[in-house]
Amino acid sequence: MNVRSQISMMFHLDKCIGCHTCSIACKNIWTDRKGTEYMWFNNVETKPGTGYPTKWEDQDSYNGGWEKKNGKLRLKSTGRGRIIPNIFHNPNLPSMDDYYEPWTYDYQNLFNAPEGDDQPTAKPISMVTGEYIDIESGPNWDDDLSGSPIYGENDPNIDGLTDQEREQLFAIQRLVFFYFPRICNHCSNPACVASCPSGALYKRGEDGIVLIDQNRCRGWRSCVSACPYKKTYFNWSTGKSEKCLLCFPRIETGQAPACFHSCVGRIRYLGVVLYDADRIEEVANLPQEELIDGQRSMILDPHDPQVIAEARKSGIHESTIKAAQNSPVYKFVKTWKLALPPHIEYRTLPMLFYVPPMSPVISSFDGKTVDGTSEDLFHDISDSRVPMKFLGNLFGAGYTGKVEYALRKQKAVRWYRRAITVGDVDMATAERILLEADCSVEEAEEIYKLTSLCTVEDRFVIPPSHREEAIEALQDPMTRKQEAGFGFTAGPRRGM
Amino acid sequence: MSSPFSNLEQLLYGILPYVAMFVFFLVTIIRYRVHTFSYSSLSSQFLENQFHFWGVVPFHYGIIVILTGHLVAFLIPSQLLAWNGVPWRLYVLELSALIFAFLTLTGLVNLMVRRKKYSKILEVTTKTDWLLLFLLLLQVSAGIYVAITYRWGSSWFATSMSPYLWSLVKLNPDISYVIGMPWMVKLHIINAFVIIGFFPFTRLVHVLVVPNPYLWRKTQVVRWYRDRQISRSSV
Repeated sequence: MNVRSQISMMFHLDKCIGCHTCSIACKNIWTDRKGTEYMWFNNVETKPGTGYPTKWEDQDSYNGGWEKKNGKLRLKSTGRGRIIPNIFHNPNLPSMDDYYEPWTYDYQNLFNAPEGDDQPTAKPISMVTGEYIDIESGPNWDDDLSGSPIYGENDPNIDGLTDQEREQLFAIQRLVFFYFPRICNHCSNPACVASCPSGALYKRGEDGIVLIDQNRCRGWRSCVSACPYKKTYFNWSTGKSEKCLLCFPRIETGQAPACFHSCVGRIRYLGVVLYDADRIEEVANLPQEELIDGQRSMILDPHDPQVIAEARKSGIHESTIKAAQNSPVYKFVKTWKLALPPHIEYRTLPMLFYVPPMSPVISSFDGKTVDGTSEDLFHDISDSRVPMKFLGNLFGAGYTGKVEYALRKQKAVRWYRRAITVGDVDMATAERILLEADCSVEEAEEIYKLTSLCTVEDRFVIPPSHREEAIEALQDPMTRKQEAGFGFTAGPRRGM
Repeated sequence: MSSPFSNLEQLLYGILPYVAMFVFFLVTIIRYRVHTFSYSSLSSQFLENQFHFWGVVPFHYGIIVILTGHLVAFLIPSQLLAWNGVPWRLYVLELSALIFAFLTLTGLVNLMVRRKKYSKILEVTTKTDWLLLFLLLLQVSAGIYVAITYRWGSSWFATSMSPYLWSLVKLNPDISYVIGMPWMVKLHIINAFVIIGFFPFTRLVHVLVVPNPYLWRKTQVVRWYRDRQISRSSV
């Protein structure tokens, strides 16, 4: 056993209101520079929808992530031998058109336009070339457009849905959608790291944050095509790739990343999970239907004395072990099995998990009205307007079982709380539904508290990073204090 | 003692190579140490993904083969002459070299056209890029002209150019090999040294950081901030 700690994340989709505050917080801190205008380390997608970059989940065309070939794991894009002939022209690189061309407006025209019969307009100008452009796409271009034939129906996740399910998803006036906020998953088997010919990408040993060493990146662009979530971006100005850094300067000072901190719906949770790094390759190589269970078993119980002993042996700090024991992410992922990894079939073992969203119940199916008073207490889960198959494609590696389990439990907790606070459900029914959802009363209380009444300290359990000890090991802290500079002193400019 | 060569000839063939190599090593090393960030391929594929292929791929495949050919002729001239001793082998070598030279030229011209044609690419093009492209164009064109006009270059390179280059390496430049050459060959030589001297100031430095360790390194890279051995014992 090789215990490693990871700052892991959980997004509670049932609470997301799609306000994009996270995106703006991130944008203002990290990607407001030249060359990064089009990048959104954090973005919020409407599902069903095509997403950003357009149809990023369609790995038949983007070729991101890993694939099993003859029982072995290999990169779908350009790993090892295949990078050499392809390094000049990366065959799987998305271009700016797959994202959008950033623009601003010619506001001066509002002041300088000669007098005329019409109001002057501020024409859009490309932020790349400075020329006037026709805007064809932009950030959140398909926001809330799930019912549209261009966006909703082109979502790669509707693969395998029956015609009835499709109809139910897109029926005018009854269409349904939910929000899907995305940041880098800081995977435990990152395809971007594995693909980098320069070895510029790395996973930090202490907290598992995946970063790009800007001084080692040579702009070979492999990470951009290898990441199946398209969360590494190519800076067209500096010629280097950039990605979400989980606001590590904030994490190291005990603060939650900007997108977490600013989240209006308080959907975001952050905490340590301990996992067995020796099992990464084995788990990533499991058959598709076993991937979720495999990843869950790779995540270790921080209360288990043997795990604690092994963690200490691996140099994991006491405070980190303690943080792992209090981790909200651990509870949602492993104890309650409510949170699921996105598209784990890409085999990167993402360390960001999602609680799947509940959705309204369908009122008609196959032309007939659905009876709302079924004996089956969970009929509204299987009859929810977002078909289970769709959620299964997103969060269940194509299988619906784990998603259904998470939704049933959520529903059971709701009924149980309803029995207590509203009283229109009798406690006997509530307890029966809890039992059927594999949830005890205590567990329901805990889920309820951590979902609805959580404070900042409940949501973000960040261990100290103990940088001072790391310095002590190599250098006298006082000397360090006098000698350490300010990091980069030159701006990230293109070329020499 | 009077030299049989003019000062200009001495300068171009006897001194320029050393200046070029000196600048090459000095600037690449300083640049790597002071401004590592600037070592990048500066790819523009992200901004234009289609025509890119027709420029970059023929150029790189062409130039790599051609430069390897020059290197082989420089390193093992006698073996090369032995190979060329049989006519059909000479023809095969010369013809394939010419094909790759034209591949290089095609790629280079496409790259220049691409830089001019697409406004997004023009935006990330500097004066240095243009100067470099024109120097390369001059070099490749001169090379092709020489290959076609003065036949069996692979053989006379081995007998005349290789000794000249070796004399440079041995710090005892014998420029008599060069003096009798046609002016186009001279241009090719001088321009080669100009490009070597200009190299460290351009995007060409990406050649020096080609990712060879990739094939041998572990798949995943993990960096530890803390020394794990020390922190283990302190716990």
